[in-house]
Amino acid sequence: MNKNNLILYFGILIFGLAAPFLFPAFKVQLSILCVLIVLATTWNIQGGEMGYNSFGNILFYGLGMYLCASVQVGMFFPLAEWTESGGEKTFVHTPTQFFQGMAVGLVVAAIVPTIVAGLIGYSILGLRGHYFAICTLGLGVAAGEISGGIEIIGAGQGFTTPPFPDVGSLEARGEFFYFLSFFTLILTFIAVRSIYSTRFKLILNAIRDNEDKAEAMGIETMKYKIIGWMISAFFCGLAGGIMGGLVGYIDSTDVAFDGREMGVFMVLMAILGGKGTLWGPIIGATIFHIFKEGFWTFFLGWQYVALGVLIVVIVIYFPEGIMGWLREKYPERFGEVVDEKDRKAQVELK
Amino acid sequence: MDFLVFQYPMITVQACLDGILLGVLFALIAYGMALQWGVMNIINIAQGDLVILGGYIAYFMYLYGIHPAWGVIVAPVIMYFVGIAIYKLVINKVVDRDLFISILATFGISILFMQLMNFAFGADVVLANSGYGTTMLFDSNVVLPNSKIFSAFISILFAACLVIYMKKSKLGRAIRATAQNARAAKILGVDTEKVYAATFGINAALCGVAGALISITFTIHPYMGLPYTIRSFMIVIVAGLGNLPGVAMSGMGLGVFEEFADYILGTEFRIGSVFLLLVLILVYRRFKLSRKREYLK
Repeated sequence: MNKNNLILYFGILIFGLAAPFLFPAFKVQLSILCVLIVLATTWNIQGGEMGYNSFGNILFYGLGMYLCASVQVGMFFPLAEWTESGGEKTFVHTPTQFFQGMAVGLVVAAIVPTIVAGLIGYSILGLRGHYFAICTLGLGVAAGEISGGIEIIGAGQGFTTPPFPDVGSLEARGEFFYFLSFFTLILTFIAVRSIYSTRFKLILNAIRDNEDKAEAMGIETMKYKIIGWMISAFFCGLAGGIMGGLVGYIDSTDVAFDGREMGVFMVLMAILGGKGTLWGPIIGATIFHIFKEGFWTFFLGWQYVALGVLIVVIVIYFPEGIMGWLREKYPERFGEVVDEKDRKAQVELK
Repeated sequence: MDFLVFQYPMITVQACLDGILLGVLFALIAYGMALQWGVMNIINIAQGDLVILGGYIAYFMYLYGIHPAWGVIVAPVIMYFVGIAIYKLVINKVVDRDLFISILATFGISILFMQLMNFAFGADVVLANSGYGTTMLFDSNVVLPNSKIFSAFISILFAACLVIYMKKSKLGRAIRATAQNARAAKILGVDTEKVYAATFGINAALCGVAGALISITFTIHPYMGLPYTIRSFMIVIVAGLGNLPGVAMSGMGLGVFEEFADYILGTEFRIGSVFLLLVLILVYRRFKLSRKREYLK
């Protein structure tokens, strides 16, 4: 880690800590941005680095969301009666109960999806390419449809997460969720960055480039694929748990297992920024979120039309993403040795 | 077990007949998907949305006082040009790229269509009433709407016409040649660009027919597209590309499965069970192939 990087990280950290006080009106938006960055970065682990393009990480996100809220309620009150009463506040969490429940809920929300990913990983990750993509798409939608039929978590009418307790300050809710998501983001970044500097990342890249060859070289590809997916699931579950508390209301197909929105967003953000890079998904998520929040109001009601057009345009014209474009333009900055003569020769050949 | 299906055998017969008539429709959509998958190597996520769009064409004819059965003629003609337009605008830019890119691009088209239909036609579940009445079988224990029988008949008719067209006509020969080897076909003077456009158009037209039939037999809704895509994908991977009898059989099998899932698990799990079945089939095939150290290609 050189000096420039250190200054950059430090600057971002300071900015992140000061952001809710600098822009108090945008606290919720900033929290959502943190969650989106977490989702895009972890999608990139198996989508970008491993080459397994999944539409199904929404499964872990939704699972984490439901689990965190259920644990938070279920620890202190009967869950069935809570969902029965809908949004009506028959039961009220005290601040201690709320934070305890949230802490335990987030741990469960992170661990259970990881275990689920480990269990289904062996079956699903044996599929390749588009079969994997469609299979995970099916998993995500199936999870949404099935959870919409389960009574105890609110079935079709939805599940209200515990409202934030009264701790004496109106700003407390926004600040709590902002710092929660910001620290999750830092945790994710540190984890992903340290993964990317190990042999593990090279193995994932080998799987992406040629899985058969990687296997022939003696790498147990299945083991690494499952671990890669489990890391994704861990952070997706965590992000889901936070998002559930932040939104305050969980619906099976519109909030939790929202393959049409969040499930595509995470793929799109990673591709927009550049698959298979550390900073790509972060930049992609930031630009995407700014675009989404800034322009959504102009397209009032037409957001999804704009989203569809955006997907098509990004996929057709920027499949390499922003980082890929930068890399092509300034290869020296990415540590690639460029022989000027060689490059000119290639240009002439074209 | 105290499921209704097992107590009354007539319900079993009813479910089977319903399923088969429904499955024929699925097979028609899956045939279109197999065609473009085989020729262009593209998995079109927007397939189901094209179906729903075809359904709305028939529904609008019904609203303006024309019998919706004429939609079977009108919808494919309109949908053919819609298909060509989609090809020219989007698909021809992704046709020779990575498969994931085309999946994502068609996913974008799917979202776009879903929303445009939602704006244009509203978010209500609609159906075009054909007024065909019903047929009673087995002492009126089994009730079959005539519209379902009509739709199965029309589906078979269209599929048969298309098969003959693919065998006999010049364009059909060009399409089959391109599917076998695009490069060789190009060398031998086939304009593959035109063939691709025509294939996508034919696929969209088939979706249009299926959609028109669905609008008179079942219901349509702007967001109901994705299940049709998944069903046709499932049918194609079970049957294999270019296996026409297989597509018909697995289509009917899927239809029967769905009807039984509906009776046994309840209607709220119907779509969920379709998606789960897809996952199970893929996982089953993966384990079967991995014994030979192969994988699905």
